[in-house]
Amino acid sequence: MKIPNFLRKSTVQFLLYSLAFYLVIYFLNQLNVLSGYPLLIIEISLIYVILATSLNLINGFTGQFSIGHMGFAAVGAYVSGTLTTLIWKLSVDQPIYQTLPLFVIALIVGGIAAALIGFLIGLPTLRLRGDYLAIVTLGFGEIIRTIINNIDYVGGPRGLLGIPQLSNFTLISIFTFLTLYVLRGIVFSSHGRAFISVREDEVASELVGIHTTKYKVLAFTIGAFFAGIAGGLLCHLIQIAHPTQFGFLPSFMVLVIVYLGGMGSLTGSVIAAFLLTILEKYLLPLGLQMLSAWTQPTFGFQVGVEWRMVIYALLLIIMMLFRPEGIMGMKEARFMIPEEH
Amino acid sequence: MLGIFFPSIPVKGGDFVDLSTIFNFQQLVNGLQLGAIYALIALGYTMVYGIIRLINFAHGDFYMIGAYSIYFFGVYFLAGHTGIHPIFVFIMAVIISMAAGALIAVLANQIAYKPLRYRPRLSALITAVGVSMFLEYLFSSLPFIGPSYLAFPNDAVIPRTEYLLGGVHLNNYQIIDLGVAILLMAFLTWFVRGTMTGKAMRAVSLDKDASKLMGIDIEKIITITFLIGGAFAGVAGLLAGITYPRINPYMGILPGLKAFVAAVLGGIGIIPGAMLGAFLLGIAEVFATSFNSLLGEGIAFAILILVLIFRPQGLLGEKTAEKV
Repeated sequence: MKIPNFLRKSTVQFLLYSLAFYLVIYFLNQLNVLSGYPLLIIEISLIYVILATSLNLINGFTGQFSIGHMGFAAVGAYVSGTLTTLIWKLSVDQPIYQTLPLFVIALIVGGIAAALIGFLIGLPTLRLRGDYLAIVTLGFGEIIRTIINNIDYVGGPRGLLGIPQLSNFTLISIFTFLTLYVLRGIVFSSHGRAFISVREDEVASELVGIHTTKYKVLAFTIGAFFAGIAGGLLCHLIQIAHPTQFGFLPSFMVLVIVYLGGMGSLTGSVIAAFLLTILEKYLLPLGLQMLSAWTQPTFGFQVGVEWRMVIYALLLIIMMLFRPEGIMGMKEARFMIPEEH
Repeated sequence: MLGIFFPSIPVKGGDFVDLSTIFNFQQLVNGLQLGAIYALIALGYTMVYGIIRLINFAHGDFYMIGAYSIYFFGVYFLAGHTGIHPIFVFIMAVIISMAAGALIAVLANQIAYKPLRYRPRLSALITAVGVSMFLEYLFSSLPFIGPSYLAFPNDAVIPRTEYLLGGVHLNNYQIIDLGVAILLMAFLTWFVRGTMTGKAMRAVSLDKDASKLMGIDIEKIITITFLIGGAFAGVAGLLAGITYPRINPYMGILPGLKAFVAAVLGGIGIIPGAMLGAFLLGIAEVFATSFNSLLGEGIAFAILILVLIFRPQGLLGEKTAEKV
């Protein structure tokens, strides 16, 4: 008898681990161990997991070099934020059975809008090799930012303010685990093999009958869809969507996560997303504060929080020089690999 | 001047825009001036790409460092030493900015790019992004620089004088920008065509392995390429500083990208192509900006996408079949 897909061992394991993670954080929160800022860091880490794994599909598995991933997140954030804030005028005071369906619809519409843009960006990849593509995606991110800056309806350079805080830990977890589930399904399917073959050798994969352009565009569309959802979740968590949130710097941070975790390893992206978010939001500010406590009286020189970006960039250079394959290389945790039939 | 060929066209709101205010000789001069700065940056981009096939994202930051070197030269040296002959001051500024740009470029090559020479090309590209971010954030974090705009000491370096020539406003900065750019381009053309080192550079860009067999020290040639590219970017920073006298650590990002677009427009790896592409892009950008500022910001990337779709080898490039 054929076992249904969702009952296979690795799938059950994946679901159990996800549930365990969710419940542990949930109860720690209920017991007030993790409330407030630590919980926010975990929520942001989960959103970065979505961003990093979806970028990994484009950069790691398909071998393209997209460096404007936050541009897609911006589309998702602004579309869903416009729907919930400006058109439907939702607020957290309304009962949850009214706001939740509309919010989920808004997120998915945002994802679809981002996917549409991803499709349009993916089309010229037909003609572009790695490094040209990098410039186009970077330029695209800048164009998106310029356009948003000039649309007064969504606030222009002031940003979209007063977004209701509809994201919560449960919802973010559900979307993150769904993303991971879908991506691991894609990556280890025959389509996933096609993505990997495009990365390994484009000409050879064309010769064995793989439509390379189709797969490149597909990777961009899927990656952009999830980035759009992540953008929607993010702006409904921190209650603002601002053009600078989606500039080159945040895109670069997602890139660092993907490369630190390992190109072509979803597990690596998950680990690196948590590691780097906690490092950036918690450990580095703390460390720099302690360093300042020493340098301020000794040298009269304060090491501010802005130095964390310098450390970030150094981390990327050092990693590329000494461990270019990242934490996980191309390996996956067992429960991230669906079993063969 | 060109305006006589264009009638007035209606725009939204019932106003008429006189196209002669956009396509005229004044804007052409402004475009050439902007193009001269892009050209100096684009040359370094295209040379580095031609030799090691790396898009050096940090190139725009060499330009930023060139501008900052003159800022410190102006603030800490010129302020205390008045009465030096202005031509001498300007020559000193050119030398300092070139040295600063060249130093950083050679250091970046030695520390970050050289160990990755025989790794996949993407690793070097990511490292280049890392170097770029490192330089930008280092400069914006250092307490004596900071992230905000600083006023460039352009009048201390060279005082501004205005001329009115047949209804066109000219100033000496425009003449200097164009003059320095053309002089350096002539030097580079001579260097690449007329010297043994230039010949070696062309050989390396054509075939690295074969030129190694001919006894060319490839690493030395790459270092020289970074040196020249960095020096040109540094002097571009000086010219941009005196022309648009507000500098900040992120000033290199957009000109760097646009210079890359210029290099692609002319045909990447081709030196005359970079010059042509840069001047065309500068003129197009000034015309587009005077039409609509949003259009001006986006036109470089629109040009990039159009070039990549319709003529990926660039204006001066020859079509090559992809090797398997």
